[in-house]
Amino acid sequence: MAADNSVLLGLVEEFVSGQVDSKAAETVTGSSEKSIVNVIHCFSSCRLSLTSSQPQTRGRGVQLLSQVLQECYSSLSEKELEVLLAFYENRLKDHYVIIPHVLQGLKALTECSVLPPGSAVSILRSIFQDLHVQSLMVAERSCVYNILISLMESKEEELKGLGADFIFGFVQSVDGERDPRNLLLAFQVARNIIHRGYGLGKFVEELFEVMSCYFPIDFSPPPSDPHRITQEELVLSLRAVLTGTSQFAKFLLPLIIEKLDSDIQSAKVDSLQTLAACGLTYSHKELAEFLPGLWSSIRREVFQTASERVESAGLSAVSALVSCLSRSVLSSDSEDVLQVFLSLVLKDCQHHLCEPDLKLVWPSAKLLQAAAGASYRASLIVSAAVIPALLEQYNNRTQVRSCPSLTNILRTVLMYFSLCLLHKHTEDSVLVAFQQSLCSVVFSALTESSAGLQVTATGVLTALGQQPGLLAQTDVEKAVDHLTRLILEEDDTKVSLAVVECSGSLAHLHPKAFISRLIPRLKEEILSAVRQRCVTALASVSSLPSVVQESAPILLQVLASAHTGTHSFYSKISFLIIFSTLLFSYRSASRMASQAVSLFLDGDVSFLPENAFPSQIQLLQKHHLFERKKQHLWDSSCHSFTSRQVEIPEIDRLLVQLEDLSCTCPHLFSYTSAAKCFAGLVNKRPAGEALDAVLERVMKRISVELENVSSAQRTQAFTLLLWVSKALLLRYHPLSTALTDKLFALLSDPALGSQVADGFCVLMSDSLDVLNRNCHADVRIMYRQRFFAENSTKLIQGFNSAEQEEKSCYLKALSHIVSNLPRQIQLTELPALLPLLLEALSCADQAVQLSTLSCLQPVLLEPPAAIRNQLEALFSRLLALTTSPVMKVRIASLQCVHALSRLPEHMVLPFRARVLKALAVPLDDKKRLVRIKAMVARGEWFLLGSPGGK
Amino acid sequence: MSGGTRLENANPLIFQRSGERRLTATDEDEDVADPIDDREIFDIFSKSINDPEHPLSLEELNVVEQMRVNVNDQESMVSVEFTPTIPHCSMATLIGLSIKVKLLRSLPDRFKIDVHITPGTHASEDAVNKQLADKERVAAALENSQLLEVVNQCLSSRAM
Repeated sequence: MAADNSVLLGLVEEFVSGQVDSKAAETVTGSSEKSIVNVIHCFSSCRLSLTSSQPQTRGRGVQLLSQVLQECYSSLSEKELEVLLAFYENRLKDHYVIIPHVLQGLKALTECSVLPPGSAVSILRSIFQDLHVQSLMVAERSCVYNILISLMESKEEELKGLGADFIFGFVQSVDGERDPRNLLLAFQVARNIIHRGYGLGKFVEELFEVMSCYFPIDFSPPPSDPHRITQEELVLSLRAVLTGTSQFAKFLLPLIIEKLDSDIQSAKVDSLQTLAACGLTYSHKELAEFLPGLWSSIRREVFQTASERVESAGLSAVSALVSCLSRSVLSSDSEDVLQVFLSLVLKDCQHHLCEPDLKLVWPSAKLLQAAAGASYRASLIVSAAVIPALLEQYNNRTQVRSCPSLTNILRTVLMYFSLCLLHKHTEDSVLVAFQQSLCSVVFSALTESSAGLQVTATGVLTALGQQPGLLAQTDVEKAVDHLTRLILEEDDTKVSLAVVECSGSLAHLHPKAFISRLIPRLKEEILSAVRQRCVTALASVSSLPSVVQESAPILLQVLASAHTGTHSFYSKISFLIIFSTLLFSYRSASRMASQAVSLFLDGDVSFLPENAFPSQIQLLQKHHLFERKKQHLWDSSCHSFTSRQVEIPEIDRLLVQLEDLSCTCPHLFSYTSAAKCFAGLVNKRPAGEALDAVLERVMKRISVELENVSSAQRTQAFTLLLWVSKALLLRYHPLSTALTDKLFALLSDPALGSQVADGFCVLMSDSLDVLNRNCHADVRIMYRQRFFAENSTKLIQGFNSAEQEEKSCYLKALSHIVSNLPRQIQLTELPALLPLLLEALSCADQAVQLSTLSCLQPVLLEPPAAIRNQLEALFSRLLALTTSPVMKVRIASLQCVHALSRLPEHMVLPFRARVLKALAVPLDDKKRLVRIKAMVARGEWFLLGSPGGK
Repeated sequence: MSGGTRLENANPLIFQRSGERRLTATDEDEDVADPIDDREIFDIFSKSINDPEHPLSLEELNVVEQMRVNVNDQESMVSVEFTPTIPHCSMATLIGLSIKVKLLRSLPDRFKIDVHITPGTHASEDAVNKQLADKERVAAALENSQLLEVVNQCLSSRAM
């Protein structure tokens, strides 16, 4: 012990005299950790230096002690703490050179769990009394805030006992703070003060002043900022402080009104968002006084702004205000502030809806919608005022029939209604009173020729249908007639889609009307030229058993006529796809499934109504006509079988047949469908011996086929392998790794390599007809990420070791895999993959170029730091591709070049001249689509670094 | 341009925007060359140039119309007529300049670009036309950073 002591003394001496910096501290902390020397020992060893008359020497001593404390504060006892605290508090009065070290030590001490009672108060008192915080350096100020934060964590009760003194002390120490890092800490302290219920006493205004002077925050981090503090962080934490208590309301609301006058857009947005946040904590009492001022500012912003951000912030502020006002409890003698506020809104907005030039219709409608959407009461008040006025306006217009404004107002009315209706607050419907006129507006809109209007009207119709009591029986029938007419006559694809969707949703609610009116009409027309649309519509309305009973025979009838070969091949395919979706959507599809199986296996058509063809047709015969039919059936069975609820009869026999067909059939469509169907079944099969046996058999068969290089069926075997791999990969089956490894190995196969690379696209993307969640396939979440994580290194190694001519297959596979990954993963993986992707850009295969570009483009919108060093290579490759012979490559590369213009200016400005020169070439491209992209990109690049640009 | 100053034309008529150009099968066909046509030129500036006074595009204010755009791809000629919203509009030169600059940036070099006011729609029509036709003056105007700033603002896309 004595020897230790003398060694220690020597070391302390060395440190204090400034000869050795780290060694002494390390040794002392090291030994104190081993508790050979406790802190008090260390304290006494430092005694000489701590009592020296030279401030520098004292400073060194305190520094050493503080460093020791930082290492071992957790092992201190309460007694020791008392001594140390008394010492440190006293040191705060000492020479300014020492203060930084004292604060370090104090910070360490406040983190102790056993702080003696009363110590927190005394620490704070000494800090507030003896220190002028803002004259300290950044690090020391941060130390003070950290001390406050840790004391607030551990000694909340004691600090609350300090009362307003604590608030005053904090206000004084934070006043004038400029460093963003420290501001974040100070905001945190203030937030704690407000949210944890510290009494603000008479210092409410002082605290608000000292915080609100930073509002709105205007901060752009220096480019080399290592702390990565963003404006967003500062804004949010300041907002939490300002909106935290309603005591600030009378100061904050005038401030917001003032800042809304600012010319800076971000200040406006911030003010509006802060106001919206106030809505959560304030009640009507705080708001009442300022409502007119707030409203006129918001109205001005929404009416005049060019920016969507300001507008949407303004709208959400209105919503927040209204929902706050609606929430407030009224006393018997106060007036209803909600009513007052809404009458302001209505007064200013309503007349714009009726003005002949319609200039401010949209902003007004949006404001009213925002107000109405905020609460049930608000929607009641607003709708009652607005809807009659709009209807009247609409009726007047119809009489005059003045075009485009007529359609415009019609659209406004409809939009307003649909938004209103879709809002859940209107459950027991504000709209019952207007139901009649509303229906007539919708129906007249359906007869208009404008496609946009028709789409909106069908949307409103759907919404009307969802609300009970808004569509009378006669209206439903009228609606069905309109829908039928549109299905049969309307050529516009958008309208057709909307109509079909609307029919689907209404048929679910009013099946009778559809059975009696729509289905008979479609039956008449189903063999005519619009067959395609009829079948689509039938499929979408067939969601209830009663409807399916009516529609299935019609579809089967079409199937029958398809068999006679009068229709084209493609229409039959699409028909069967629809037929199978129908099967799948119909829950009790088991009967259907067994029929489909028997049709497939045995050619049994006896169950078809109006049985017009010979039963027992041997479908498996290789007869040309039947070949086609078989393909449809596979396709349909893919769907129906993969539905989870359906029990599949004779599954083993089916699997054997499918495997056989997928390996031997020469037709592309046939063997692919068979492979898909097989995969769908395998994916669904429960794990167990039966599945293992199937897999073992199929694996053996695939291997045999693939190893025989001269075999004609290698493509078939590969297709089956691909789909089975996908089926197993989706469900995390242990065998999937073996299968995908086989695929990786095939990448260097001279004959199949390119196909295999394309296969990775199938493997990673969602398949539309089979093996997706809608088919009830067993799909585990994040299988793509998992696959990527497990295999990316294999792929990169494979690429590096591959022969030159095989490299392109690896690149293609990689780009397929990466482009299907979620964005987040792409961003994190990009640094590692960037060189490879750049390589892929210069690869001659155009498919590789295209998929690489499509994977780069979204990444470039939010570029990771790694891209900085690669800009030169990136630009030269992208610009070279803008003259590629393939149109899609040109377009995609131009989109990437466009995206690059959004990178920070200092990074891309050096390339401006080069880009502008290179983009002049595609401006004269022979394809219009390319020219448009080139024009947009070049326009943005011109603005870059130019005054008034970006 | 902010809400505070007085607008020259505070209440302009607003016109419906034409829909997106429909994509045809030949547009996607690699082998067919699409000539530069009126609609394409119209789309270039109708959507992307804003009025200096209002947050509206020139198309919405009917300052430009497709029928007043004439293109001859073979002879590399473009002629655009624009109509100021009011006959004394002081912004006419600026609008014309913006249209001209946008075309200069968006068209291949080979084109000769002619931008002028629809005859009979502006008080000092000739003076403005002369300024816009003078290559030297346009070039000089774009050297002026304040003017360039205003033009660039007109050309900045509206979604900010």
